[in-house]
Amino acid sequence: MTPDPTGSMTCRELVELVTDYLEGALPAHERVRFEQHLVFCPGCVYYVEQMRETIDRLGELRQESVPPEAERDLLQAFREWKAR
Amino acid sequence: MISAVAAAPAPLTPEERRLIAALKSGDETAFASLLSQYQMSLLRVAMIFVGSRAVAEEVVQETWLGVIRGLDRFEGRSSLKTWIFRILTNTAKTRAVREGRTIPFSSLAGSDEEPAVDPDRFLDASHPTWAGHWSDYPQSWQQVPEERLLSREVRTRIEQAVETLPANQRIVIRLRDVEGFPSEEVCRLLGISEGNQRVLLHRARSKVRAALEPYLAEDVE
Repeated sequence: MTPDPTGSMTCRELVELVTDYLEGALPAHERVRFEQHLVFCPGCVYYVEQMRETIDRLGELRQESVPPEAERDLLQAFREWKAR
Repeated sequence: MISAVAAAPAPLTPEERRLIAALKSGDETAFASLLSQYQMSLLRVAMIFVGSRAVAEEVVQETWLGVIRGLDRFEGRSSLKTWIFRILTNTAKTRAVREGRTIPFSSLAGSDEEPAVDPDRFLDASHPTWAGHWSDYPQSWQQVPEERLLSREVRTRIEQAVETLPANQRIVIRLRDVEGFPSEEVCRLLGISEGNQRVLLHRARSKVRAALEPYLAEDVE
C-alpha cells in the first residue's frame, strides 16, 4: 500500500474527528496525527477554519425580545411576588 | 484518555450579583430585562422538547413563574442563566412526557449515519496516492468580506440549517454553540453522556457548515 505522504491520516478521516479535536477529546497520539496532517494539507486547514467560523456565527444567533402579553402577565406575577 | 477535570463553575460577575440582588428586591426593570434577554432562547429550546409553539409558550411562562418563586432560594451557586435553563429543561421534559413526546437520545444509531462531508468531495479508493484526500478543496473563508460573513442572510441560512436538524442534534447545538453552555452542563441538562453529546454536536455542526459552504463559496474563475 502506498505510504500516505501527509502523515497517515486522510482528509476523510480528519473531517470526522474535527469536533473531538476542538473539544480536546482526541487521545494524544490522535491529536498529533491530526495536527501533522494539517501541516501538509491546506484543504483541511480551511475546513477546520470553516468549522470554527460556523461555531462563531452560531454564537451570534441569540435574539432578544418578548411578546408583550407574555411580558405583561409575568410582570404582574413578579409584582405579586414582591408584594407577598 | 483522561478527560479534563470539569472546571468549577465561574464565580458570578459583579454585574450578575447586582442583577440578582435587584431581582431579589423586586426590581421590575431588572426582571423585565431578564425576560427580554432570555425569552426567545427559552422558547426555541422549549420548542425542541414539546414541538408546538403554543405549548412551548406555556412551558416558558411556567418556567418564569418557577424563577420568580425560586428567587428567594437562589444562592448563586450556578449562574442565573444556568439556573433558568435548568428550570426550563425540567419543565419542558415533564410537559413533553405528558404530550407523549421524547427526544431520542439513546439511539446513537438513529437513521442519521451521514458522513460529515459528502464523500464525493474526496478521492476514492482507486486513486493511487491520495485516496481519501480532498478532490475539491474547501475554500478559505478568510477571503470572504466581513459584511457578508456577519450579514443577515448568513444568519438566516444558519438559522434555517439548525431548524432542519433532528431534535437531538438541534438541542445540543443550541445549548452548546448558540447559548454557550459548557459541555458538562449540557450533559447535565439533557441527561446524556459526554460521548453521546459530542457525536450529536459533531453531526449538527457538520450539517450547518455544509449548509453555509455553498452560500459563502466565491465563484472560481
